[in-house]
Amino acid sequence: MSTPVLSVEGMTVQFPTRRGILTAVDDVSFSIKAGEVLGVVGESGAGKSMTGSAIIGLIEPPGRISSGQVFLHGERIDTLPAEKMRRVRGRKIGMIFQDPLTSLNPLYTVAEQLVETIRTHLPLSAADARKRAIGLLDDVGIPDASRRIDDYPHQFSGGMRQRVVIALALCADPDLVIADEPTTALDVSVQAQIIDVMKKLCAEKGAAIMLITHDMGVIAEIADRVAVMYAGRLAEIGPVRKVISDAAHPYTKGLMGSIPSLLSDAERLTQIPGSMPRLTAIPQGCPFNPRCSYAFDRCYIERPDPLPHDERRVACWLYDKEEALS
Amino acid sequence: MSTPLLEVKNLSVSFDVSRPWLNRKLEGQDKVLLKAVNDVSFSINKGETFAIVGESGSGKSTIARLIVGLLKPSSGDVFFEGKSLSAGLEGAEARKLRRRFQMIFQDPFASLNPRWHVADIVAEPLRVFKTETGKQRREKVGELLSLVGLSPEDGAKFPHQFSGGQRQRIAIARALAANPDFIVCDEPTSALDVSVQAQILNLMKDLQDKLGLTYLFISHDLSVVRHMADRIGVLYLGRMAEIADAKSLFVDRQHPYTRMLLDAVPDLGMTGKPRKPVEGEIPSPLDPPSGCVFNPRCPLANARCRTERPELRLYGPTWAACHAVEEGRDKAA
Ligand SMILES: Nc1ncnc2c1ncn2[C@@H]1O[C@H](COP(=O)(O)OP(=O)(O)OP(=O)(O)O)[C@@H](O)[C@H]1O
Ligand SMILES: Nc1ncnc2c1ncn2[C@@H]1O[C@H](COP(=O)(O)OP(=O)(O)OP(=O)(O)O)[C@@H](O)[C@H]1O
Ligand code: SF4
Ligand code: SF4
Ligand SMILES: [Mg+2]
Ligand SMILES: [Mg+2]
Repeated sequence: MSTPVLSVEGMTVQFPTRRGILTAVDDVSFSIKAGEVLGVVGESGAGKSMTGSAIIGLIEPPGRISSGQVFLHGERIDTLPAEKMRRVRGRKIGMIFQDPLTSLNPLYTVAEQLVETIRTHLPLSAADARKRAIGLLDDVGIPDASRRIDDYPHQFSGGMRQRVVIALALCADPDLVIADEPTTALDVSVQAQIIDVMKKLCAEKGAAIMLITHDMGVIAEIADRVAVMYAGRLAEIGPVRKVISDAAHPYTKGLMGSIPSLLSDAERLTQIPGSMPRLTAIPQGCPFNPRCSYAFDRCYIERPDPLPHDERRVACWLYDKEEALS
Repeated sequence: MSTPLLEVKNLSVSFDVSRPWLNRKLEGQDKVLLKAVNDVSFSINKGETFAIVGESGSGKSTIARLIVGLLKPSSGDVFFEGKSLSAGLEGAEARKLRRRFQMIFQDPFASLNPRWHVADIVAEPLRVFKTETGKQRREKVGELLSLVGLSPEDGAKFPHQFSGGQRQRIAIARALAANPDFIVCDEPTSALDVSVQAQILNLMKDLQDKLGLTYLFISHDLSVVRHMADRIGVLYLGRMAEIADAKSLFVDRQHPYTRMLLDAVPDLGMTGKPRKPVEGEIPSPLDPPSGCVFNPRCPLANARCRTERPELRLYGPTWAACHAVEEGRDKAA
């Protein structure tokens, strides 16, 4: 087996606060291969963005990775000095954040920003960098790229700005792209274009993509595997078809049922009662137990780790072999 | 047929987005008007949910604000039980009518006053209309909070002590306080994640059944609209492109724009159906295309589409504003 592009092992992210230590990401392990898209879903506050930030070494202090390891092509990166990590980030990891305006500088033209970023990471002349920048804008579907490149960000519509951000993230041909809700603020029509760009990137350049989103439709469309997070932990991770059409973890089941569909005539949506616990008040045992209709004795005492089950890993005592035997 | 509960007739509104007067004089520019809503008509029957879908900037929120009276139309009118709302906006009768309308906004964070107790927020419409005594009011607030799945004790808390979904419940309780018949919901769940959204959508349906409410439901999410609506209006650049009942819109769609929107929705069923790429983007409303506003993006556009504006016409159960539909050209494509 070849080494995965990204491999995260037992990563835990903690924030010391006055009221004790908050664990925002709790013992999370997964990997992404070249050309593969891993979708990450879960309720707001589940730790999706934090997992992404931790991988690229951008956690707001005093937060830190308190245990676990992160590998890029088999090389450990969570212990790299800040300066080295900064270079890895620009050269090997591309990032796309939800709000395109935060990643673009309003004072510079798109050309200036793209060319500068390209030249920081690749040994190209200004003219060649500009050529590359125009090609990238073309790739992400900006019409008339050679003319539009000299515009300022505010002269683009929201969807086009998001495409510029994607071009910026792809400047240096990254091996790994972490995209945090790249399409959430966009209309379906624009969203569809962005999805196509990302698909192409994966297929043609063999990039590994970690795609964080609330939109299950987007996941179904481009992800190969999906990770479901709940209260900072992995609840379930596996092939997208399995997880979507045959969810194993009770939380995933609830999540899937709560999505209205274009095809279904259901009068009511399935709803998960209650809400996710606050990080300061995670119950003992399985963090989902107060909302779980399958919960039994063991769920209130022991915390389940993700265990292999039917091509995936599921953190739920229902799928523990010993449990099944008894 | 009985009178619809709400009728919107030829509603238009323009915003003045010109530079300041002095700049215009100095630079010799004309006034610039943005026509956000352009000759829109539809009606909503009692007890039904009418949805408006459309891309960002198509004018959905502007229609909502026109209906609840937060904005005056440039032309056209809104009728409630046959009575014109713009004719008699002043006076006691209009106030009484207004009381029967409520609005729920997209952002449950911005629409609640952070310094008020939840009980005072929910009671606000009661106070404005001065009907109940203090004690009656407290009881009513308790009932309303229970109705939306909170507890009467929550009244003593402040909005920041609640999650996004709970805040939207508070906003719904406030909207219900005035005993409205009709609620305008502008993207009520867009700021919430799917599991919380399911709770709120179920609640809204239950309340509709229990209280006989009529909803105008605005959203850009087609699956949500499909779940909630009896009838759907598809808005494009301030114009109604199509009005159909929810079932037929998704089965037998007429307008090329509706078709494009539906084809762009990612497919959760994973049937492997290829998604069609979307052509172009919504044009600037400052300089809308002539003829049919959809023509620059429409695969069926021809010369007539570029000059003559299509009007809504009835085809079977569906209203559509499209020359190709009228000419039967859409079926060939
Ligand atoms: N600087 C911080 N200090 C303390 N806690 C934080 C900080 N930033 C985030 N958190 C907490 O970490 C948890 C995970 O947050 P994260 O942003 O990863 O959620 P998410 O899954 O991305 O949610 P969303 O879908 O809303 O974006 C949250 O409970 C959040 O309140
Ligand atoms: N007060 C205003 N002054 C000038 N232009 C306005 C004003 N309010 C709205 N507009 C413009 O009118 C058009 C319609 O806006 P509206 O807010 O109704 O769109 P929408 O369909 O609700 O979009 P979204 O999905 O983004 O909420 C937009 O082009 C907007 O820029
Ligand atoms: S471990 Fe128990 S409480 Fe947790 S999801 Fe499984 S059944 Fe439910
Ligand atoms: S009128 Fe013409 S341009 Fe407009 S939607 Fe119909 S076919 Fe397309
Ligand atoms: Mg996030
Ligand atoms: Mg709006």
